[in-house]
Amino acid sequence: MNPGFTWNIITDVQWMWSVPSMVNAFRAGFAVALLAGVVGWFMVLRRQSFAGHSIAVTGFPGAAAAVYLGLSATLGYFGFCIGSALVIALLSRGSGTGVGERAHSSALIAVVQAFALALGAVFLSLYGGFLNSTSAFLFGNFLGITHEDVLTLIVVSLVVLLIMAALGRRLLFASIDPAVAAARGVPARALNILFLVLLGATVAEVSKFTGSLLVFALLVMPAATAQVLTARPALGLLITVTLGVLVTWLGLAWAFFGNQATGFTITSLAFGCYVLAYAAKSARRSFALKAA
Amino acid sequence: MFHDSYMLTALVAGTGIALACGLVGYFLVLRAQVFTGDALSHVAFTGALAALAFGIDLRVGLFAGCVLIAVLFGAMGPRGRADDVVIGNVFAWILGLGVFFMTLYTTNQSGSAGSGGNQTVNVLFGSILGISSGQAAAALGIGLGVSLVLLLIARPLLFATLDEAVAAARGVPVRLLGYVFLVLIGVTAGEASQAVGSMLLLGLFAAPAGTALLITDRPFVGLAVSAGLGVFDVWFGLAAASFVPNTPTSFWIMAVAAATYAVAVAISRIRASRQKTEKQSTKEQRAAAAAA
Repeated sequence: MNPGFTWNIITDVQWMWSVPSMVNAFRAGFAVALLAGVVGWFMVLRRQSFAGHSIAVTGFPGAAAAVYLGLSATLGYFGFCIGSALVIALLSRGSGTGVGERAHSSALIAVVQAFALALGAVFLSLYGGFLNSTSAFLFGNFLGITHEDVLTLIVVSLVVLLIMAALGRRLLFASIDPAVAAARGVPARALNILFLVLLGATVAEVSKFTGSLLVFALLVMPAATAQVLTARPALGLLITVTLGVLVTWLGLAWAFFGNQATGFTITSLAFGCYVLAYAAKSARRSFALKAA
Repeated sequence: MFHDSYMLTALVAGTGIALACGLVGYFLVLRAQVFTGDALSHVAFTGALAALAFGIDLRVGLFAGCVLIAVLFGAMGPRGRADDVVIGNVFAWILGLGVFFMTLYTTNQSGSAGSGGNQTVNVLFGSILGISSGQAAAALGIGLGVSLVLLLIARPLLFATLDEAVAAARGVPVRLLGYVFLVLIGVTAGEASQAVGSMLLLGLFAAPAGTALLITDRPFVGLAVSAGLGVFDVWFGLAAASFVPNTPTSFWIMAVAAATYAVAVAISRIRASRQKTEKQSTKEQRAAAAAA
């Protein structure tokens, strides 16, 4: 079925897109990278990677529970991800960024994650046997995407991105300078809760394709690369999304021709970009030091 | 409950691990480095699968992976502490590598994909009831060793944690302590993930320590409470699992740990709100007295 990679890129792409599930994977990959990129950029800016990762991981027991109870996995992903986002947001004190607050909120986040995983272990043992779906929940299945999946993905992306667009300016203010923002009447705590819920919804939707463990890569890697390169928000968001889409598409192609798991190919490409950006930045800095 | 010898081995191993996790976890939470523990628990997963894929001893992969990456995290940040974003990037990629090793392992084991999946699930969720007496003795020994080293460096480490600049000025080797602590985290993660699984390790790190920090501000009392709670969680979890058949031990351990933590959160909330109302009522009394 797979003729292998030749150096004639055009026929390669033609061949790849003659497989319907690959076309859907490319479409979904675009939307997923866009959504995860925008939300992830704010997550990295707000230093909430740990919260993002924990919320992502809670999607796994959610999906396992839903499938065990005979519901759709989507319901489980959304219920658990948004639920854990709410628990983390409501129980952490203040905005969760002060020194003492950081210690307490990180313990809280870890307990939420570990307990959710323990629940996952219960559902797995109740479920018994069906280990293939375990692996799909954890590591995703980019290649089994249907038209309906793409449609729901686009709807969820639009809703989340519209809310992000409406919030963006104030969220940026509250993220960069919480004290001044609070003094100017920006409701930092409410924004934090709302942002974590949006993060939960994003993670739930993206997890359906990437699995609970690898959604985090799409959230953090392109965004971190962009923030190494530039501090300007609009440019940073643009770089994040472009990089995310490119990395996802190239990763899909690599997985298709190289017979690898998408989780491996996409994270490797994204991590490569991050390392390059980091190296370029430190090289530039030492060059500037020498010139001065 | 003790007439089965596997229960006794589980108790011995669990006690050693819980002791180490409780002590290391206390500093982990205090230093707001829980994300490092989270990352290492995932590194353990990749290390184990790499060892499986190459057919070497599982423990070599676990310990080498955890300790190496722990030290790497130290090297990547200023003063032996890496930024959340850097940690997120590195471990997201390491997870991707884990997926790569998983495909390698399961495809090499052609025909018996089920057992490959089983091993994967074991690595993730642990099997404390399935370990041998030799492994249990090793777990106890490593647990006690880690605890001892940690208690020896506890005082300067506490100083370095609470006020890094002053500690450095007073000649405390802040950077070296940071590295030693990271190695201790790595060893604990490598050992604990064999027994409780890489996924639930995080719970043993964070839940007893988070509870202890909520209960008391005094560091050495906190250390003792954290270690004691960890051991209690494991014992209670093992007992519960032996009375309720067909439920995973890891779940019970985490359920007890999370419940204790939740109670501590509730108590500290009530205490805080009571203090607030007391303050308010004294203010009102004073105002009333002044008015009269």
